[in-house]
Amino acid sequence: MTTEELQALEIGKVVDARGTACPGPLLDAKRAIGDCPVGGVMEVQSSDDGTIIDIQRWSRKMGHEYLGDIENDGFWSIYFRKVK
Amino acid sequence: MSDEATNEKVIQDLIKRVETLEANAPEDKLAMGIMSGDLDYLIASFIVALGAAAYDMEVDMFFTFWATAALRDPKKQKNLKKDALGNMFGAMLPTGIDKLPLSKMHMMGMGDAMIKGVMKKHGAKSLEELMKDAADFGIRIHVCTMSMDLMGIKREEIIDYPHISYVGVGAFVDIFGKAKQCWFM
Repeated sequence: MTTEELQALEIGKVVDARGTACPGPLLDAKRAIGDCPVGGVMEVQSSDDGTIIDIQRWSRKMGHEYLGDIENDGFWSIYFRKVK
Repeated sequence: MSDEATNEKVIQDLIKRVETLEANAPEDKLAMGIMSGDLDYLIASFIVALGAAAYDMEVDMFFTFWATAALRDPKKQKNLKKDALGNMFGAMLPTGIDKLPLSKMHMMGMGDAMIKGVMKKHGAKSLEELMKDAADFGIRIHVCTMSMDLMGIKREEIIDYPHISYVGVGAFVDIFGKAKQCWFM
């Protein structure tokens, strides 16, 4: 997805994991996914750029659809759709 | 033998083989043998264990030798009945996670304080926080009873952790055999 498309998404659940180091963002995402409706989009915010590949692999392995990431000022927003 | 009987025999053989394969197939589990009692190794171990938990993998951690000292609770050190050797080991081994050395750059405890400071600055979780997360995610800790005997560590002084058991190598070889990933630290 392009940055514009990602920015236009309706977000089902935001996880603010900024300021936490590995494995913080991954664990926060894992803990929060229950609060996101099936079919909804989850946005994980992280100041650790390693989280991008982590969430890419994790979301795919867990059967979700990875959508992309956007670099913001000092942190990244990482998007995936909860499929099941 | 008729063709039909031959086919039937082949099918039965295949069913048996598939059943054996299924019974012995590794599952989506992580098994970790933790031998090091160094702070850095233990932090790395729990980060890996939690990463696997995020993937819905079952995690078993087998604590042996120096790692068992990390499971001592400093608040449970009174009235422990130990023999002379046990007392000596008890005094020499770290009492719990706050007293663990670093494997490198320990510098008589200075490195320890430095790494804790750096980790806090970068938002990394402390070993205590990681172990709390591990408890939340149902990560199991198995303690080697032989190591405890050797080092005079008593069950009464082990930390309160919800998923703990006391085992020997027999239990752990079985757990390792069922795990897709096995790590030794």
